[in-house]
Amino acid sequence: MVRETASGEGTEPVVPRLELRGIEKSFPGCKANDGVDLTILPGEIHALLGENGAGKSTLVKIIYGILHADAGTISWEGKETHIAGPSFARNLGIGMVFQHFSLFEALTVAENIALGVEGEHDMRRLEARIEEVSAAYGLPLDPRRHVHSLSVGERQRIEIVRCLLQNPRLLIMDEPTSVLTPQEVETLFGTLRRLSSEGCSILYISHKLDEIKQLCDTATVLRGGKFVGDCVPSEESAQSMARMMIGDDVKEPKAEGNAEPGEVMLSVADLYLQSEDPFGTDLKAVTFDVHAGEIFGIAGIAGNGQNELLAALSGEQLVPDSAAVVIAGEAAGRLGPRRRRKLGLSFVPEERHGHGAVPALRLTENAFLSAHLREKLVRWGLIDFPKTAAYAQKICESFDVRTSGIHSEASSLSGGNLQKFIIGREILQSPSLLIAAQPTWGVDAGAAAAIHQALIDLAASGAAVLVVSQELDELFAISDRIAVMSSGHLSAARPTRATTLEEIGLLMGGDGTAAGEPMTHVA
Amino acid sequence: MLLKLEPRGETSRAMVYLTPLLAIFLTLIMGAVLFALLGHDPLEAMHAFFIVPVSSAYGLGELGVKATPLVLCAIGLAIGFRANVWNIGAEGQLTLGAIFGGGLALWFYDSDSVLLLPAMALAGALGGLAWAAIPAFLKLRFNANEILTSLMLTYVATLLLSLLVHGPYRDPDGFNFPESRLFEDSALLPVMIEGTRLHLGAAVAVFVVLAAWLILSRSFIGFQIKVIGLTPAAAGYAGFRHSNLVWLTLLTGGALAGLAGLFEVAGPIGQITPVISPGYGFTAIIVAFVGRLHPIGILGAGLLIALSYLGGETVQIQMGLPQAVTGVFQGLLLFFLLACDVLIRYRIRWTLGTPKETRRTAA
Repeated sequence: MVRETASGEGTEPVVPRLELRGIEKSFPGCKANDGVDLTILPGEIHALLGENGAGKSTLVKIIYGILHADAGTISWEGKETHIAGPSFARNLGIGMVFQHFSLFEALTVAENIALGVEGEHDMRRLEARIEEVSAAYGLPLDPRRHVHSLSVGERQRIEIVRCLLQNPRLLIMDEPTSVLTPQEVETLFGTLRRLSSEGCSILYISHKLDEIKQLCDTATVLRGGKFVGDCVPSEESAQSMARMMIGDDVKEPKAEGNAEPGEVMLSVADLYLQSEDPFGTDLKAVTFDVHAGEIFGIAGIAGNGQNELLAALSGEQLVPDSAAVVIAGEAAGRLGPRRRRKLGLSFVPEERHGHGAVPALRLTENAFLSAHLREKLVRWGLIDFPKTAAYAQKICESFDVRTSGIHSEASSLSGGNLQKFIIGREILQSPSLLIAAQPTWGVDAGAAAAIHQALIDLAASGAAVLVVSQELDELFAISDRIAVMSSGHLSAARPTRATTLEEIGLLMGGDGTAAGEPMTHVA
Repeated sequence: MLLKLEPRGETSRAMVYLTPLLAIFLTLIMGAVLFALLGHDPLEAMHAFFIVPVSSAYGLGELGVKATPLVLCAIGLAIGFRANVWNIGAEGQLTLGAIFGGGLALWFYDSDSVLLLPAMALAGALGGLAWAAIPAFLKLRFNANEILTSLMLTYVATLLLSLLVHGPYRDPDGFNFPESRLFEDSALLPVMIEGTRLHLGAAVAVFVVLAAWLILSRSFIGFQIKVIGLTPAAAGYAGFRHSNLVWLTLLTGGALAGLAGLFEVAGPIGQITPVISPGYGFTAIIVAFVGRLHPIGILGAGLLIALSYLGGETVQIQMGLPQAVTGVFQGLLLFFLLACDVLIRYRIRWTLGTPKETRRTAA
């Protein structure tokens, strides 16, 4: 995109919408921002690029007034300002879509939005405005639904719509596309470009380099809390930006096609399941097999039955028809999670904090959480602490988990590191079947590559791997076969190499006609 | 002018355990001020409250006697609290323990078998367990809140005891007084130290503390309790069954409270009376929290609260102060503990209307 506002060749110099100089912020034990400069021009889409832990979140929290800088200046439209708090920031015209949403689960979409929008108390009018804005920007949203029943992707739409209602002059987007389909991303980009052409500046935080190349006019790169430099993404290659971001080249995993599929490790046959969530998606005749030695990918937009399928596979929700889920040859539908683990199942849930790991417990205890059965960490009803510690140590070493030690609490790890720990914990149990949901959600490029490699290695060693993800690039990079979930149905599986992004994208949108029957079972 | 609480960031583990000590210190200071305001020499009053009761072997024995039911109940409660199971009906479970175990003593009134006492202990524990099973069942079957059901059952238990003591349990030779017979020696807990009332139950309580410590910190069951209390979803992920843990924690708590009740009737009281406990089951909630839900902490907190009972009696006798002093001290302690907890996690900031640009430094 070419825009006039950003070019300096006009008659008078453009006053930046937001200018940060020498921002510093320390937390006990770490310096999150160390002399960061950032200039955002009016109507510019500006990328903030950096690994997990590079200080991006801290910086945007300072801009949004949640944190206060220890040193440095902030200027809004040329005037030095002290952003006292989020409501002050909103009054300036700064809107923010957080990576981790701040929504009240017990309230409806409209009620949640009403809490963030000042001076709007007529619920009916607000609902109408929500519908209008969400339709205009391609973000379908029912204002009367309760938030607890919404998927991650849908929850994010609330945050975006909430900001758009305020007519912001600077919109901060923290990792907005991690839960969207390619089509949704395209729509979002259209939305953002439209906003930008209307004069709204956008600060776009991401580590998806191709997106930044496609969308952003300029980029600021942070590494380890320090300002690395500015660049123009369209003039850079993805590799050169990645190098700025992490300091060395990113290793891309290579999917090696497995010539011969092994025996069936997971067989799901005609699985019907009513969701425990009143607003969830019921599973309808879901049928697929995962063979030893292959990576099977399930794509789909959030909220199309993936959560229900994962619960049914992990044993967190039991399936009345025991034979509908067969693990390693045994009917497992009515078995609980522990007995399924005994059959060789390992499971990586989507949510790290509070599902896959207990934030308040140490890494050793989190290693024990799911590994105690297969690693035999219980003796006489007591926890075998030395063995547990050795296992946690092994995870940290084999999977390069950066931590101050195995006795530090899980909450002290960054998202990417904790995810590596969880993946490591599951893989090192040498499962014959691994199920991973969103294995690289919100994880930086380096860690994502390592996780992908680990999954590929696991499959190569003869295990069956099932990956449920909304990131198509990921599925195309690692999986041998792909199927798509849409409204509780699973499409026929097709070899990754014989399909295209467009084909899968259409299936995700629920259009089965273009790409074969959605319910047909192909072994 | 607005009061605002700001998180301080990381709290050290040491502070978590130091706060109860700080709270005790503040309680002592406040107590001294209180005594001074009432017109008594604070030092003398504090001496009477905290030192006199434990300056004799008999006094120390009494301390153990009072601490035993508190510690037993609090351990049971703490196991539940750690798993987010809020049993606050230990008082009722204690009463049922006395009814079941004591009933056995009355039934086998003329037996001098050595098996009578163990059988009574078992019956007492079963009584408390059965009473706690009701809230457990209601919670799992009907999703009824155990805070309400266990509390309400306490009043049922008290009335049941009253009914029995006025009826079938009444001493036939007791001139219609609502009291049971005095238990025979075979139904009484042996005294461990000559010249005191310190009975075998105190040793059992110490054993329970150590066992609970081992179970909570080292065992697989203890780990499950911890995980389900912290993050239920992670417990589901690991395959720990919520219903099993609700049963386990409530029944354990009930059994320990029942045992405490039996120890009261088979120990210091020696018969069944209309009132068995001066609210041990409720005070145990304070003990559990002052002890940080940790068995060793609970042992210390139990002794401290027991001392407040004794001190209250002493100042009542020596200085003519009302019995309510005991409650005031217990209340102060809980108040300071909660206040310290908040102030250690948050700092207070006074904000004056519009925010000022005070915290900016030039680049």
